[in-house]
Amino acid sequence: MAVQNSTYDTANLAQKKNRARRDALSFWIFVGPLVIGLMLFVYIPIVWGFILSFFEARNTVSPTQYVGLTNYIELFKDPRFFDSLVMIIAYSIFIVPVTFALSLGLALLVNSVSRGQGFFRTTFFIPVACSYVIASVVWKMSLFNGLPSGFANNILWWVFGANPVAWINTTDPPLYWIVLVTVRLWLQTGFYMIIFLAGLQEIPHSLYEAAAVDGAERGWKTFRYITFPLLRNTSISVLLLLFIEAVQAFDEFRNILGGGGGTSIAGGTQILARPPLVYLYNVAFQDQNYGRGAAGAFIIAALIVLVTVLQGRILGFGKREY
Amino acid sequence: MKMSKQFLFTLMTTILLIAMLAACGEQSAQPTPQAEPVQEEPAPEEAVGAEEAAPAEEESSEAGEEIIIQHWYHQYGEDGTFEAAQRYAAEYSEQTPGVTVEVNWVPGDYFAALNAALLTEGGPDVFELQTADIARVKAGQLEPLDSLFEGVQDDFNATALSRVTVDGKIYGVPMIIDPQLVFYRKSALEEAGIEPPQTMDELIAAAAALDTGRVKGLYLGNDLGSASYLLYMSTFAAGTTMLDGNTVAFNTDQNIKMWQKKQELAQSGNLLVGAPTEWWDPSALVDGLAHMQYIGLWATPGMLAAMGDDLGVMPWPAVDDSAQPAVFIGGWNQSINANSPHKQAAMDYVKWLWIENTDIQQDWNLSYGFHVPPRKSAATSADPLKSGPAAEVLQLMDEYGATPSVLWTGAMDSAYIDAHSEVLLNGADPTEMLNQAQTAVQAELDSLLNQ
Repeated sequence: MAVQNSTYDTANLAQKKNRARRDALSFWIFVGPLVIGLMLFVYIPIVWGFILSFFEARNTVSPTQYVGLTNYIELFKDPRFFDSLVMIIAYSIFIVPVTFALSLGLALLVNSVSRGQGFFRTTFFIPVACSYVIASVVWKMSLFNGLPSGFANNILWWVFGANPVAWINTTDPPLYWIVLVTVRLWLQTGFYMIIFLAGLQEIPHSLYEAAAVDGAERGWKTFRYITFPLLRNTSISVLLLLFIEAVQAFDEFRNILGGGGGTSIAGGTQILARPPLVYLYNVAFQDQNYGRGAAGAFIIAALIVLVTVLQGRILGFGKREY
Repeated sequence: MKMSKQFLFTLMTTILLIAMLAACGEQSAQPTPQAEPVQEEPAPEEAVGAEEAAPAEEESSEAGEEIIIQHWYHQYGEDGTFEAAQRYAAEYSEQTPGVTVEVNWVPGDYFAALNAALLTEGGPDVFELQTADIARVKAGQLEPLDSLFEGVQDDFNATALSRVTVDGKIYGVPMIIDPQLVFYRKSALEEAGIEPPQTMDELIAAAAALDTGRVKGLYLGNDLGSASYLLYMSTFAAGTTMLDGNTVAFNTDQNIKMWQKKQELAQSGNLLVGAPTEWWDPSALVDGLAHMQYIGLWATPGMLAAMGDDLGVMPWPAVDDSAQPAVFIGGWNQSINANSPHKQAAMDYVKWLWIENTDIQQDWNLSYGFHVPPRKSAATSADPLKSGPAAEVLQLMDEYGATPSVLWTGAMDSAYIDAHSEVLLNGADPTEMLNQAQTAVQAELDSLLNQ
């Protein structure tokens, strides 16, 4: 009996070991490509860029000439970089609350629909799947081009009887902001709406029923005292994500306002609204100053980390709601 | 159940591996000329370590082995240029055993692609540049080409050669010369009773007089003329250059005045904005959107075909009577990658194409758009350039033509253009902006010359 048992146990153990090894192998086969990709295209470039930012690297990405903090100091003294920082902070202060309010509003509306919620969810989410570049080009060439045949100009003519307007090139008033902000709102709102919807659906219905018993109907009162407070963690995550995305703004600015000066033959409209990433892209790829571009990228990263940590502290991210 | 799970598992793994291999495979250069360039934008961190999918080169400089020469062009606007470039490459490949030339036609932001490629080992062997600027020479990206010019150097236009000569060595073969000026509709000026403007004040007045509301007075590009070449041209027309040896020379009272005048022009409302194409495309003038347009010689065939005798040309007006008008002399040159494994083969190819083969040079310069052949003998014998506006352009080019020094790099461009754009588009103060530009450009120049 004992011998039989031990043979059975050994066989079982061997099977379990094989099983474990197979599981580990399959794990690495599936996760491997992702990890390799992450290493090659994310982590190694980050480390390389960080090292490069302490070197004088023009027309080359090999660190050869150590210059310490020169790149960082020069950037802080650079009025153009400073302008872009001011611009992006002002832009974030505007765009973050607007997107927040819009996506929360949409989420509330979609949540209150009894039939066809899936349809509306999908409709508002589809723009998120669209590439920033494609949307920017469509906005620039088709919707807001300066021709009388452009979509926006058509509306101006048929509804207001106004002459066609060069949306992107008019500086007084700065109409290009309308183009920039609408494309971002169109592309982003659906995503945050989904996050809010998830948050909304976690709020127990019993709270609303209790409120109804106490005489509070669904409306502003329940929103202010039940819905919004219980959405706190969701709101904080949304704010964090919105801020990060706002500071990293690049695609729509570069594609709508142009690639910028340098010896490229593109025009100078880029200067109208130039976020730090667009400026740093020019520094690295047109001025060929890779060390300085890398330094700038890390300054922006530090800014984002700082604000994120502060935001988390102040707003109490992660604390339990009740 | 167990069997099918295993099977599914194996199948997915195989598919994943095949997909990875396919993704890492070669990409063949199949360019299609696009109407509107769409620009891609990797974040700075990504591109620093990104790998280039360089077409495989049979790396061997042994005689008898097949050598593939990568030849990069930017996307020319004129029809037929891509086919012509391929034709020349094919002709050379046929008559030279063991060597094949592959043409890569780069749409959109050519310099972004080129700069990234030159950082790697898989960069092009032969490529176009506008100037052989000193930053590239110092970084060792360009091969000296003096040996190719033996005996023919005098035949080349001196200004064109100056754009590729650094420290007495030549780093590029001038291929086309692009003079840029202001073209206009003669009948419109006659109707308004004005002469072609000679000074900035006259230009401002002319633009106002020619602005009929439906048709604007002047087109400088959708960015009101913030682009680089017009900026250089107006600097020359203010009686100064951008650099004088190793100091900044553009911060003069005359240049401040020129920027003030340009700001006045930009804010006058007489400039065309929101045109469907940029300044390098003649449709604004030809389609009657504006009466005057800043553009280069290359567009002349199209303009002549549409306007015939009604096409007039003038240099960019002087800032006032104390200075001279200016014509910007631009152009493209062919350079060879100093890190190329097939330097000798590339040099032979470039010599055949751009120094010896005058037929091809004339064809390239004159059959698709109009450019001035850099070889004086070819330029004087070119029939299309002997009459009409084209001949006038040549004359103006000889009289008023100027080009920046090779010490002027892309980084200085950014600083100068940004300052200028602030003045034109954001109404900044020219004095303050020129000071800012001077600081930035001088810093760049100092660090460049101290390397």
